Amino acid sequence: MSIPAAQLNRIEKCFAALRAAGEMGVVAYITAGDPSLDATLEFVLALEEAGTDVIELGVPFSDPLADGPTIQRASERALKTGASLPKILELVGRIRKSSQIPLVLFSYYNPILQMGLEKFAAAASEAGVDGVLATDLSPEESVEYRRILAAHHLDTIFLCAPTSTDERLASIAACSSGFLYLVSRTGVTGAKDTLPDDLPSLLRRVRNFTTLPIAVGFGISLPGHVTLLGGLADAAVVGSSLVAEIEHAKTPQQAAKALRERIRILKDAARHGLSKREAAI
Amino acid sequence: MSSILKSLSYSPGRFGPYGGRYVPETLMVPLFELERGYELAKSDPSFQARLADLLKNFAGRPTPLQFAERLTNKLGGPRIYLKREDLLHTGAHKINNAIGQGLLAVKMGKPRIVAETGAGQHGVASATVAAQLGLECTVYMGTDDMARQSPNVSRMRILGAKVVGVDSGSRTLKDAINEAMRDWVTNVRSTHYLLGSVLGAHPYPTMVRDFQSVIGREAREQILASEKRLPTHLFACVGGGSNAIGLFYHFLRDREVKMIGIEAGGRGTGSGEHAARLGAAQGFTGARPGVLHGTYTYVLQNEDGQISATHSISAGLDYPAIGPEHAWLADEKRAEYFAMSDNAALDAARLLCRSEGIIPALESAHALAGLIERLPSLHKNDLVILNLSGRGDKDMDTYSRLL
Repeated sequence: MSIPAAQLNRIEKCFAALRAAGEMGVVAYITAGDPSLDATLEFVLALEEAGTDVIELGVPFSDPLADGPTIQRASERALKTGASLPKILELVGRIRKSSQIPLVLFSYYNPILQMGLEKFAAAASEAGVDGVLATDLSPEESVEYRRILAAHHLDTIFLCAPTSTDERLASIAACSSGFLYLVSRTGVTGAKDTLPDDLPSLLRRVRNFTTLPIAVGFGISLPGHVTLLGGLADAAVVGSSLVAEIEHAKTPQQAAKALRERIRILKDAARHGLSKREAAI
Repeated sequence: MSSILKSLSYSPGRFGPYGGRYVPETLMVPLFELERGYELAKSDPSFQARLADLLKNFAGRPTPLQFAERLTNKLGGPRIYLKREDLLHTGAHKINNAIGQGLLAVKMGKPRIVAETGAGQHGVASATVAAQLGLECTVYMGTDDMARQSPNVSRMRILGAKVVGVDSGSRTLKDAINEAMRDWVTNVRSTHYLLGSVLGAHPYPTMVRDFQSVIGREAREQILASEKRLPTHLFACVGGGSNAIGLFYHFLRDREVKMIGIEAGGRGTGSGEHAARLGAAQGFTGARPGVLHGTYTYVLQNEDGQISATHSISAGLDYPAIGPEHAWLADEKRAEYFAMSDNAALDAARLLCRSEGIIPALESAHALAGLIERLPSLHKNDLVILNLSGRGDKDMDTYSRLL
């Protein structure tokens, strides 16, 4: 790509730098508003300081059917404190006063739809959101959504899954910008001990259909997982294990400290594991 | 609303603007496979023969269309016929769809089914069909519903199904569907999701309607045989809306037949006190088109798009979204929908018990309550079919306390 760096958005810049260094990225998911929006601001800064490359802010939803118990509970906590999509966009504006880390909103479709696609896209772009992933929105149902988000320079990130056919992978890749999010296993979000055996072959299959960076998520929590993805994925997404730290910490300060420690270990694995993509392919 | 409508693309499985397929990517290919499997089954003579055999000899179809003479006399209005789905094996219309989808699971080589249940009728039907066809079965049920429909929990367990209580959210049908979908997305290669109503992503609303449309096909023939004319009005209760669409479907082209769906009015118009998705004219607020459980339809929700809690004395109607085809029939004014309260349903149940010797399910009692509400506008020469979608065995605790 010969696009000058100045014209790349935050996500593209981030992955371009990672690729140049031959390093794998770490994407961190936390639920916005858990336990408060102020705490989320603090967590974002802590995650960035510890070396996180991209942050996914989860928009809490009352019926998170793609999420396991950890993120379900986080969503409930966040909704109880009154978190909502408009308030989360305000929070992004506050984050942008002190951080330029790439930010992706991770939402179910209904909160976005109810805000109105045009109003949402304008507000998200204005606040400083870089990309959006709507968990329950497929390429087929997203024609207007993609048009409007693209017009506001927001990346549209879609999920790929182990059940996706080659034909679908091609169309998902064509609808995506920023990066592709590959779901590692059939199932819901949540930390697991091991990664599925067929993940490397799945990653190679997805790679055939895109030049976009590929981030792998669902079930990733340990440095060993990150090491295994080295040379295959562009980034590892960790979520539930971070959210669990927030849940178990007695104070937001304690949670921020735990998040920093977790990210440092994971980032270390990403830097020093088998992370040279060229080396393995 | 118009901006929301504009933001939708018109893909397969749409009823006007409603319906569609809003699920995580992992479920998209399984939904395509299900759609293809269902299309093949429709034209497969051996599948259709097996379905017809089980509906007749296992479930007990056709069900009677009974002239309710004492009820008719008591109400002093139109002639009232009851479509007796309550007489089916397992006690409700849910078995029609469970047999169809159970056979489809077998045909598609899925050894396991999962199902959600509210009142427990769909759970019992699924457990029953699983036992009949040799499938493994897990049923998800909100813990509040398990408490109020406990006889059905025992029935499912005795039939060999695993019943998993769902303690999240409002602990009712909505949360049971969330959990069933989480199971399905995890075990999708071995498991068919036997969804019990005309809800969810395409092809479910169409497929479940087709399996339930046997109700109206029979009722149409039966009323023509006994009265030599079409009915003037159809009444049915609407949770997701499978028994209602099952009755309505084969009358849709008969423009003179009025169709009335009765939602759960619960304790009234207060937030969280009802499940009236199409009750704006009666003052029920909080419903707007939105996406829940894979489909775009009228959903009870707050300003931020968070799904509202609902209430109904009837577990089977206690759900925040209505089937997308009903949303469209309402917009098109082809069918009319209004809500009746918990108390009106109880009064209607008592009336049916004493006048006809039939203890109805609380869900079906709402349909009768709606008919009673409409009496002033009905004439003696009108002809009504009321879908008695289920029997009241499961509601005996509630009836014992309140009737």
